[in-house]
Amino acid sequence: MSAVRRLKAGLRGWGGVGAMAVLCALTVVFALVLPLSGTRGDGSTGTGGPGVTRGTQVRADECDTMKDPENQSLRPSSDDSGATIARIKENDFITVGVDQNSYRWGYRDPNNTETGAELEGFDIDLAHRIAEEVLGDRDKVRFKAIPTNQRIPAIEKGQVDMVVRTMTISCKRMQEVAFSQPYFKTGQQVLVPNSSTIKGYDESLAGMKVCAATGSTALSALEADQKPGRPAADAEIIKVPNQLDCLVRLQLGEADAVITDGALAASQAAQDPTVELKGAPFTTEYYGVAMNLKAEDLVRRVNQVLVDYLKDGWQDSYTNWLSATLGPDSANSRPPAGQQYRD
Amino acid sequence: MTYTPKGNAAPPAPPAGPHPSAAPGASAPGTAAPPVPPQGTYASRPPGPPPPDPDGAPPRRTAFAEGLDQLKAAAVTEPGRLRIIGAVLAFLVVAFGSVTAWQMNDRSSAADDVLHSSQPLSSAAADIYRSLADANTAASSGFLAGGQETKASRERYEREIADAADKLAAAAAASESGSESEKLVAELNELLPEYKGLVERARANNRLGYPLGGAYLRYANSKMQDDMLPKAQKIYDNENKRLRDDYADATSYPWAAIGLGVVALGGLAWAQRRNYRRTNRVLNHGLVAATAASTVVLLWLTVGHTVARSGLNDSYDNGVRSLTVLNDASIASLKARGNENLTLISRGAETATIKVDGKDTTVDKFDHEFTGDMRELNSALADAQKIADDASGEKPVQAATASMEVWLERHESAREADDEGDFQCALDQVIGAKDGKVSTNCPQGDKPTGECFDQVDQNLDNARGHEEEEFRLAAEGGRNAMLGLPVGAAVLAVLGAAGSVLGIGRRLSEYR
Repeated sequence: MSAVRRLKAGLRGWGGVGAMAVLCALTVVFALVLPLSGTRGDGSTGTGGPGVTRGTQVRADECDTMKDPENQSLRPSSDDSGATIARIKENDFITVGVDQNSYRWGYRDPNNTETGAELEGFDIDLAHRIAEEVLGDRDKVRFKAIPTNQRIPAIEKGQVDMVVRTMTISCKRMQEVAFSQPYFKTGQQVLVPNSSTIKGYDESLAGMKVCAATGSTALSALEADQKPGRPAADAEIIKVPNQLDCLVRLQLGEADAVITDGALAASQAAQDPTVELKGAPFTTEYYGVAMNLKAEDLVRRVNQVLVDYLKDGWQDSYTNWLSATLGPDSANSRPPAGQQYRD
Repeated sequence: MTYTPKGNAAPPAPPAGPHPSAAPGASAPGTAAPPVPPQGTYASRPPGPPPPDPDGAPPRRTAFAEGLDQLKAAAVTEPGRLRIIGAVLAFLVVAFGSVTAWQMNDRSSAADDVLHSSQPLSSAAADIYRSLADANTAASSGFLAGGQETKASRERYEREIADAADKLAAAAAASESGSESEKLVAELNELLPEYKGLVERARANNRLGYPLGGAYLRYANSKMQDDMLPKAQKIYDNENKRLRDDYADATSYPWAAIGLGVVALGGLAWAQRRNYRRTNRVLNHGLVAATAASTVVLLWLTVGHTVARSGLNDSYDNGVRSLTVLNDASIASLKARGNENLTLISRGAETATIKVDGKDTTVDKFDHEFTGDMRELNSALADAQKIADDASGEKPVQAATASMEVWLERHESAREADDEGDFQCALDQVIGAKDGKVSTNCPQGDKPTGECFDQVDQNLDNARGHEEEEFRLAAEGGRNAMLGLPVGAAVLAVLGAAGSVLGIGRRLSEYR
């Protein structure tokens, strides 16, 4: 019996290797065929077989070895002839998925009577800049509020052309969406009331109630660290639908600490002067613009926008929205120089 | 006084009546007792039990056994039989009267409870639920209007919170101590200030322009929807159960009274027939009077209760059922409005996963709930339309249905605007454009769904007012049909019992 099972297990292992080999071969073939074939169908993001997407897709097994997901984007180009950009130009607007609840990133000021209830923030500035460079008018952008766990489905279903929504570039996500080069550097951080005994992401979290949003990087990190000897070993995790709900729980005393991206934690701190970031970021992450895997032309175009934006515009936006809570020095937030690409 | 001459004229029995043992009529020949022994027994016996037997007699027996023997002895003589018949008839009539009085008193007080206690309490419980849901809706409406909420929405919110607190205090006073309702009311009393605190925090943060305000409002909303409203629903269900129990008590047939009435009348008829057979006299005034009184009570009982029953059933069918359905409709419309507001407030912060064609699909939580609420509203309105029994009840329901349809259309248009990213236009189509100004890129901005909601709400209020009145009239009619029945039955029963005793006594006197 055990011999048969061992044989089966062995075969299964070989089957996996075989499938991987076939997949690799297909990837190579498609990568070669794609540039030659040029145009792809009608260019709409909703159509096209899954095989066509292999060109930019990252395979699951690559994530074990991938070191810098932020360096895996495509080389910038200002070529506007691709199918996705052609469609966007035809529509004459870009649909951008954004957040409406992230203070200073993407939010709606209810008291701003001048522009009505327009969105504003660091992410919004970037979306306007992309529209300006691609379509020549910064207002040719339609914002669509999407929840955190809808960022990827919204892109896959073609509801939005891109998502600019404090989205961390990760290898896992790269299997489903294509990322631009990074436009912001951050890391997971601990947010606590000023008087708290919690010192950072360490053993001082023991016995504390720690809040994180469902589907967030923070929650994955917390759950992974709920082992003896790890920082969250004895912490009680509180899950909420949205990262901002954590600040509500914190203010009401229902949570002792919040874990979220430093940038979002800063946005929460901006709404409550009695809380602060404690300890250094315990991860390094980069925000990127997410797009459809098939929209290679758009990815290159957006990367070109980002190259320009980082030279001119990025700092102004940082000063405008983030310097109050993240400090006037933007060096810790700016993506490092020497950007590398996949190709 | 008139009895005597007539009575003397009629009896065919020999005037030798004084001797009870010399039973007249049919039994006379059978016993065939010589006149002498009776004399002897009659002289020594009448004081019966008192004179103890001389020594050597059998041991003393119990009073009960001796009484039984005496009864047996009496039963073989006609006056004894008459005495027993008279006693039984009087007992039957009195029992009939008192059971009638007792049962109808129960039903009448149950009907009174329906009218003055359980229905108002059920109504108050529905009001608690509605006030809470209404306050939640008003809070979200005010929030949507931005940092400076409108006077109307602020006042509505404050009024509904005050109403809910008042009704909770009333419900606390009316609930039995130790009951589930009392516990629920106490819990709601604790949650209400907590909820209000969250709303105030939401307002404060919103005024500062912080998105945190929206998060607070969502938290307040979930406290209301997941914690408070289910408790209010439970109170409402408990009160409704009490109302149904009172209805059941008030409308259940008084079988014991009816049965006793039939037995009493049967007994009276038998006694009169026996009397007729023995004496050839057709009428015994006392018994006739007893029969008449019993018949009146029985008729009054059955007719009165039937009328009351139909009135109460009518009040249930046309009042309570309509009110329940209208309440459901009101609550559904309030929830729908709240969720419509929250769809814009949450801005996609919360999602729900539903199955569409067997596949998991993620949708906006609040928009999804809005759809469900509108479906509930639609079916409640259709039910109300079916139940409505007259034009003045139907009209507001029809108007509410029409408004609901417009609401759905406008909602569609608002969602489209929001999906296209035009939040301001979507907002205008939900709460109305500021100062009623319509911009060219939002032509529907002057037709907000809020108007439709207000119309639905107003019409449902009107319909409820109408049904409350219908209920009151029918239930009052029902209760009034039983008015005086307990007292009347008791008085008539006493008269009937007196009649039967007198009637039998008249016959009995013929033996003295």
